[in-house]
Amino acid sequence: MTGRGPYRIGNAPAGAAIEFRFDGKILRGIEGDTVASALLANGYRVVCRSFKYHRPRGIFTAGFAEPNALVQLHAGARTLPGARATLVPLSRGLEVFSAVGWPSRSWDALRAIDFAHSVFAAGFYNKAFMWPSWHVYEPIIRSLAGFGRAPAEPDPDHYDTQHAHCDVLVIGGGAAGTAAARAAAEAGRRVILVEQTANTERALESLPTLQVLSRTMAFACYDHNLLALAQSVGDPDPDLGPEAERRSGESGHPQPVRERLWLVRAGKVVLATGALEQPLIFTNNDRPGIMLAGAASLYLRRHGIAPGREVVIATNNDSAYAVVRELRQSGVNVVAVVDSRVAPPNELLREMKDLAVEVQTHSMPVDTKGFSALQAVIVGTLGRSPGEGVTRTRRIACDTLLVSGGWSPTLHLFAQAGGKLAYASTAGTLMPANSLPDMEIIGAAAGQGIAIGSLGERVSPVGPKSRQWLDLRHDVTVADIELSVRENFTTVEHIKRYTTLGMSVDQGKLGQAPALEVIARARGVQPAELGHTTFRPPFVPITLGTLVGRNVGALYAPIRRSPLYEVQASAGAFFDDYGEWQRPSAFPRAGESPEAAITREVKLVRNGVAIYDASPLGKIELLGPDAREFADRFYINNLKTLEPGRARYGIMLRETGIIFDDGTIVTLDDDRVLLTTTSGGAARVAAWLEEWRQCEWRGLRVVVSPVTEQWGTLALTGVHARTVLERLKPACDLSNAAFPHLGFRATQLLGTEARIYRVSFSGELTYEINVPAHKAAALWSALLEEGQDFGIAPYGIEALLHLRMEKGFLHIGSDTDGTTVPDDVGFGKPAASKATHYVGKRSLTLPENVRPDRLQLTGLAGEGSMPLTVGSHLRLSDSTEPTDGWITSAGLLSTDGKPVAMAMLRAGRSQTNKTVTVHDGGQVIGTARVVPPVFYDPSGARMHA
Amino acid sequence: MLYIPCPYCGHRDETEFTYGGPSHVTRPELTCSDREWTHYLYHRQNPKGPYRERWLHTFGCGRWFNILRDTATHEILEVYLMGQSIPSSTTQPGASVGSVAAIGSTP
Repeated sequence: MTGRGPYRIGNAPAGAAIEFRFDGKILRGIEGDTVASALLANGYRVVCRSFKYHRPRGIFTAGFAEPNALVQLHAGARTLPGARATLVPLSRGLEVFSAVGWPSRSWDALRAIDFAHSVFAAGFYNKAFMWPSWHVYEPIIRSLAGFGRAPAEPDPDHYDTQHAHCDVLVIGGGAAGTAAARAAAEAGRRVILVEQTANTERALESLPTLQVLSRTMAFACYDHNLLALAQSVGDPDPDLGPEAERRSGESGHPQPVRERLWLVRAGKVVLATGALEQPLIFTNNDRPGIMLAGAASLYLRRHGIAPGREVVIATNNDSAYAVVRELRQSGVNVVAVVDSRVAPPNELLREMKDLAVEVQTHSMPVDTKGFSALQAVIVGTLGRSPGEGVTRTRRIACDTLLVSGGWSPTLHLFAQAGGKLAYASTAGTLMPANSLPDMEIIGAAAGQGIAIGSLGERVSPVGPKSRQWLDLRHDVTVADIELSVRENFTTVEHIKRYTTLGMSVDQGKLGQAPALEVIARARGVQPAELGHTTFRPPFVPITLGTLVGRNVGALYAPIRRSPLYEVQASAGAFFDDYGEWQRPSAFPRAGESPEAAITREVKLVRNGVAIYDASPLGKIELLGPDAREFADRFYINNLKTLEPGRARYGIMLRETGIIFDDGTIVTLDDDRVLLTTTSGGAARVAAWLEEWRQCEWRGLRVVVSPVTEQWGTLALTGVHARTVLERLKPACDLSNAAFPHLGFRATQLLGTEARIYRVSFSGELTYEINVPAHKAAALWSALLEEGQDFGIAPYGIEALLHLRMEKGFLHIGSDTDGTTVPDDVGFGKPAASKATHYVGKRSLTLPENVRPDRLQLTGLAGEGSMPLTVGSHLRLSDSTEPTDGWITSAGLLSTDGKPVAMAMLRAGRSQTNKTVTVHDGGQVIGTARVVPPVFYDPSGARMHA
Repeated sequence: MLYIPCPYCGHRDETEFTYGGPSHVTRPELTCSDREWTHYLYHRQNPKGPYRERWLHTFGCGRWFNILRDTATHEILEVYLMGQSIPSSTTQPGASVGSVAAIGSTP
């Protein structure tokens, strides 16, 4: 490329050539490369544009702390934004795109922003883009910032979730982690070793109780040592096109998994997560060609890449000297070492002398020269005190500057687990301040080898602070920190949010230690007094696919279907989701709209006969000598007087007196009670009964047995219902005298057990017939056949909800909400007159629940032809309140087409015949008259017939 | 995610359980004042530290039991069966086993 950039040296590891694309251009790497090492080997200095100022930036690290080389991988549906080039193994045909830069990475027109940088200080957005609203500017600013692109199509790949348990989970496959994992496995413990790269020791595979997860990142630690790991399993195969995938999908072969989420419950966690090298802070410390010394060492050792041809190394600690040694041994020209310490250890100075490398002590870089590529570093000799600045400067020509500002242990998971961190001034970074019982920290993460002696200066005392970068990812400079402190955002959490320092993907990885130093200096305190920002999961970005796993599409949530699903589907049912259940909303005929179908179904019920699948209705049996006593304690209705063969409507309350559910109660035997619940409330009610049984009334001899799925429930309704059912010859007398409204029979029908209720939610004569679930389809067909000459047809849930609205029958959860007590909906009398106590009774006399101005259920008759709409607010003519209530159910009457509604209205029962205004979308849409909430057959003659 | 020792099934992930609020809440006599009743309904201790609470192993044995959990560290200090009185080793201020027989009796 440039002839001056990084290059692969003679003793590079041998490997097969791999072709890949970077911004459309075909490049070559070798096996074992990461995207970053391949780009370096190809001489790439500029890999992206910075987030705010659009400055050219190069690869700065060799690991997960990388602030610059965030790339977009793959095209099309598989595209992945924000991948760290330093972590992505090179694979054949891989497509890589630089994320920021318009029109291109190397020629970014928005670089103009950089020249106007003083305008864009911290908090600029908060101050400048307030009028009229941030939302006007956000899309423009986001596109300027050049975030990665999310895929526009569904993800074609598969993801998996794996749960695991182990005695010891070792995180980090370096020397310390490998040794710890080996020792634990040799002692017979079940061990999992997690390593982020593909480089793990092969010999470990022979240990039977050790599992090695490579290319796996531990990104979160939750309570009780639950660790979340993201494992990269396979990269998309470029040869596996959509056609091949379709075929493999059809043939039922399992498709390859791209990433796997591991949830590991570990007896003990060993953190061998190493340490992160920190940068030095000086003017123009962000130029391409500047890299962490440790990163250069890794590229050299692992990939045979020399960082440049004329290298200057700047450090404030010992660790960079080893890098000098490695570079010299590989024949790389090290021009000078700049050490900010007054007196680096003598043996290091002697070694440098032997290597003929010049060392300039008590000095540090104060500026760099160049544009897109580094050309020289300006080195300043430090004064005796920081206030003195630098005593002289010198220009050293170079194409590469390696920096080391000390090392910070990687303690994110420790902090997530509740560990405390404190700033240790000798190490110049955060170190563990306590220990956790089931977590051990070893190696560099525990400070081993990184906290020797004291560190030299790492923040330049001179130069424009608005050009000294603390956070390369978010373009946060020393000047931004000082501005934040001046504007009184002084705590670390406030500074983080005001300046974006260490936000988003960085989360305190790169530059956190120098940043604490800068903040402390700006505030005139010691860094140890500052504390630190909270480390939150995920430690590195995780793709949503990994978190979701297989819970997508049809597997997103379980679908519940009634035993009548198939017969209804073949009858043309239009299914919709009602709670967990997939139920027919209507049965539209060919060419019929859903609305027309609902209207037709309502008319059929009112004038003929129809059937409805009520199978999802909750059914709970209570068994035991105290079953009836137990049931009686839950309902506002008296069950002591309930006779065999009779059904009673009942309402159940929470202890607060709020309506919880409703249904019917029958006795099957002296020690057997059968309850029905709302379809949505079946599980809730069973759990509620069970909680009281187990926790409160432990002495009662009763068991709670939910039986919803065991029974198919069919409602046969309409004026001809009795005639149709009689044709099936049930083993009981159906005459009105023998089997009146609110009767119940446990009998035989079609040669099987049947439980028949005479209850009605539609207001018409209705038999609710329960048969064992596997017999339900046969009953459905038999009823349709016997009812043929009456024009029988099925109806859906929408028609039923309309029918019950015309009758003013409550639909719990539609007409009631989390504030409704029985008196609000007209059940005050039974609730108050029941002699025995029941759950919620004590609360009904609380002052709040007897206020005269509570919302009460009423009917509304619309004035005019405009339909009333659910959710519309109501106001009384003399009202001083913003609202006096709202419509809970509404429709056009099946008899005369007039608009009616049920509503909760302030003191509703005393407002009869008054007129309310109806409000919707901020406007008055009409007026309505308050009427009793029953619009059809007020005497109930039809359902009693 | 907590790792909860169900007394019937052993250690299981929190996702199998349902939280049921504090244990040993004393329900006052139903003849009590409105103030006393609302205090019972709505006021809970919510301390930072050990707290006795009841949990249901919903996706397991379906049984309720008590635990003593430190709300700050999530450490589970004790597990005991429903109906069992507070183990004598530790007590929680303000919590005592109350009468729950009031409902069901005729006032």
